[in-house]
Order: sequence, then structure tokens, then C-alpha cells
Amino acid sequence: MLSVIGRYLIFLGKLFTRRESLKVYWERFIDECIGIGVSSVFIVAIVAVFIGAVVCVQTRANLVSPVIPIYVVSNIVRDMTLLELSSTFMCVVLAGKVGSNIAGELGTMKITEQIDALEVMGINSASYLVLPKLLAAVFTFPLLAIISGFLGILGGYLAGTLSGIITPEDYIYGIRYSFIPFNVFISIIKAVVFGFLISTISAFQGYNTRGGALEVGQASTSAVTNSCIAVLIADYLLAELLT
Amino acid sequence: MIEIKNISKSFNGRQVLDNVSGVFKKGETSLVIGASGTGKSVLLKCMLDLVRPEAGTTLYDGRDFYVGDEEDKKDIRREMGVLFQGGALFDSKTVHENVQFPLDMLTKMGEGEKKDRVEFCLQRVGLEGTGGRMPSEISGGMKKRVGIARAIVMNPKYLFCDEPNSGLDPLTSIKIDELIKEITDEFDITTVVITHDMNSVLSIGDKIMFLHKGKKLWEGNSQTIMGDTVPELEEFVFCNKALSLMRAGK
Repeated sequence: MLSVIGRYLIFLGKLFTRRESLKVYWERFIDECIGIGVSSVFIVAIVAVFIGAVVCVQTRANLVSPVIPIYVVSNIVRDMTLLELSSTFMCVVLAGKVGSNIAGELGTMKITEQIDALEVMGINSASYLVLPKLLAAVFTFPLLAIISGFLGILGGYLAGTLSGIITPEDYIYGIRYSFIPFNVFISIIKAVVFGFLISTISAFQGYNTRGGALEVGQASTSAVTNSCIAVLIADYLLAELLT
Repeated sequence: MIEIKNISKSFNGRQVLDNVSGVFKKGETSLVIGASGTGKSVLLKCMLDLVRPEAGTTLYDGRDFYVGDEEDKKDIRREMGVLFQGGALFDSKTVHENVQFPLDMLTKMGEGEKKDRVEFCLQRVGLEGTGGRMPSEISGGMKKRVGIARAIVMNPKYLFCDEPNSGLDPLTSIKIDELIKEITDEFDITTVVITHDMNSVLSIGDKIMFLHKGKKLWEGNSQTIMGDTVPELEEFVFCNKALSLMRAGK
């Protein structure tokens, strides 16, 4: 375990040494932002809307006390969405989509000698291939978290008002009631950290693939599993630190 | 000229290369042959410093490849062209982009100059007009040709080919062999080919090194290989039925 963490840290160090020109990274960064960020908007939107809706319905179903005002439903939807769903839950979903994609891509490049081809040309393959993915994840995950947060609250609104659980006025009142702007910042910070963890852990798994197609599949599975575990541990640590 | 001196390498206690030395001269196509698992590809990887040997060194025109900083190494790497076994083409790039990639990364050439150079290399390997296709859209033989075009695009002094005929039909194999030989002669480069294909051995082997169980057992050329009496070499050469019948005079 310690040796794996050590190799992971050495791998991280390798990303920042012998870098190529900024122009090269810029072009690859844009490509990766599209591959990692833009292509994930649809799944993030679907998950956010439905989870927001489910939270609204479940909260209302369990808040049956007449002493609790109805706007508390949207209050809970807001805080749950901002603090956990838009960042942690979304990133667990993205660990599956983005993490497996990164590990699969790099693993295939490794076993088909494409990474060797880069090394032979004198290019730092780890930096060339992984650094743009890391930067793209760190840049796009917070944007996805903002989209996810907005759509989660919107999903709760739609589910609550269309099913008659809560009136639009109560929902909006609850959303605005005792709002702490710092919670949005927490969500963004979490997304940055999770983006870093998912992209680098998945890249580490893919980059160190040995063997054939079977091992590429195993690397993808390990990437998702390890990324999820890292996200959950980091989530707890950030909760302790930031709240 | 490439000189390897006393290269040794083991994996998990198993000796894969044992004190292998040799010289590969400029303008010659040198072959490293041997059965599967004898350490040919590991030797190539040691020469390219993709695998660092436990002992020994590789000299490129007298320059020790394992000594010096990354910039010194980069200078030598810029003089290398490598054709990998499967072509190792970048899946996300077109044929043209694959060939142009080393120019983009390692030179400051203008776009027009790069385009001309890529077109020249594609034409040289007989692939003019295919630049817009993706690697997944071309055949195995074409992939090897694109790999050769990418390997020569930087005007290398040293060309390495790892099993250039693997997975190809006999006719395409001969064409690839001829292309490698022509390029070696035309550009006066040092070419090292890793192979176990006897057609290649007999047709393009200016110099041949035979590896067996990680050791260099024999060195010669395509004229002397048929008459030699090293048992392991005989077994390797004459397992080919046609050659075996030829030796028997049938």
C-alpha cells in the first residue's frame, strides 16, 4: 500500500518536470475540457435533476410534523444539493465516466506502445498526456458542480410544485431562507479536489498498465474503485476542515 | 554507428540478456534474430533506454546514452526513428498528423515546411493520398508504412524496427523489408531490425546477430548464416521447411 502511494507521488512529480511548450498544453487542455467537461454535462444534468427531485419528495414524505414549516423542504434540498450532491455525488458519478475513460485510454496507449513512442521521441509522456487531463478536470469539475447544484435545486422545484408537495412561493422562500453563500464555495473547493484525485488516480492506474486487454479492463475498474474511495475520504476530511 | 557493450538485464531474477555486445555500422541493415523470448525486444528497449540495463552501455557515435542529463539524451533521441511492432500510431490522430507529430513537438518548422516534409515521407513509403485517414481505417501493412514514415520524418541517423513483419502476409513482408533496406541505403543511416523472419534474414541482413537465451551466440551476415554449424542457430534457421529441403538438396 505504501509503495503504491509512493509510486503515485513520484508519478505526480513526473507530471511537472520536463514539460513541453505552453502551446502544446493549451491545445490539449481545450481537447480535454471538451472530453472531460462538456461531454459530461448531459449525465450530470440528468443525475442532478432527478436526485434533486427525489430529495424533495423524500424530505416531504418524512417531514410530517405540523410544527415544521413546509419551506424547510426546499431548505433541505438546497443544503443537501450544495454540500453533498452537487460535488460528492456528482464526482462519484464522474469517477465512473471520466475515470474509466482516462484509465482505459492510457492503458490502451501503454499496451500498444504509443507511450513508448512518445518516450523515444524525448517527450515526457506522463506530462504530455496527463497534465492536460488534470488541468481540464480541475477546471471543469467546479463548473459541473455549479450546473449540478442549480439543476438539483431546479429538479426539487419541479418535483415539489408539479406534484403539489410545496407551493412555488414556499419553495423559493425556503431556498432563500438562511442561505450561507460559503456553502457554494465549499462545493467548488470539493469539486476541485475531487477533480484532481479522479484524474490523477485514474491516469496512474492507466499509465502503469502491463499486459493486454484484460489488464486494461482491470486498470479501468481499479481506477473507478480507487477514485471513489479517495473521493469519499477527501469528502470527510474537507467536511471536517470547512464546516 | 551504434555500439552496445556488455548489456545485461534480468526481470524478477530471470536473466533476459547476458553480457551482449555488438556494433551496428552506418549504412548497414543489422538484424538481431532469435526465437521468441530470447531477449531481442528487451535488447532494443535497452538500446532506446525504455528499459535501463543492470550492466553495460549503448554508445551512439561514441556518445554514452545512459550518461548525461535529459537534454543530452533528447539530442540523441532526435536522431532516432523507431518502428514499433504494432506501428504504435496515435489512434486519435490522422495518418498525416501522426507523421507530422515529431515535427510539431521537436522542431520549429513552419506549417508549409512541415506539410511538405510529411507529404514527402508518405510518398516515400508509398502512401500518398492517405494522409486524411485514421489509423483504424488502414490495413496492418499500411500502419507499418505510416510507422516508417513517422520514423524517418526527422531525418534520423539511427532507425530501429521491432518485428516489422509481424502480422503481415509474405508479400507485404517482403515489400516492408525492401523499403527498410532502401531507406537505409538512400539516407545512409544505421538500421537495427529485430526479427525472427528468415525471409528478412536472407534478403536484407547486411549484418546478423543471433541471440539465444539472452546470449549472443553468433554474428555474421546473410551469406554466412546458411553454412554455419552452431547447433542453436542451425535449429533456428532450418526449422523453416523450405530451407531445410534446400539444405538437403531436394
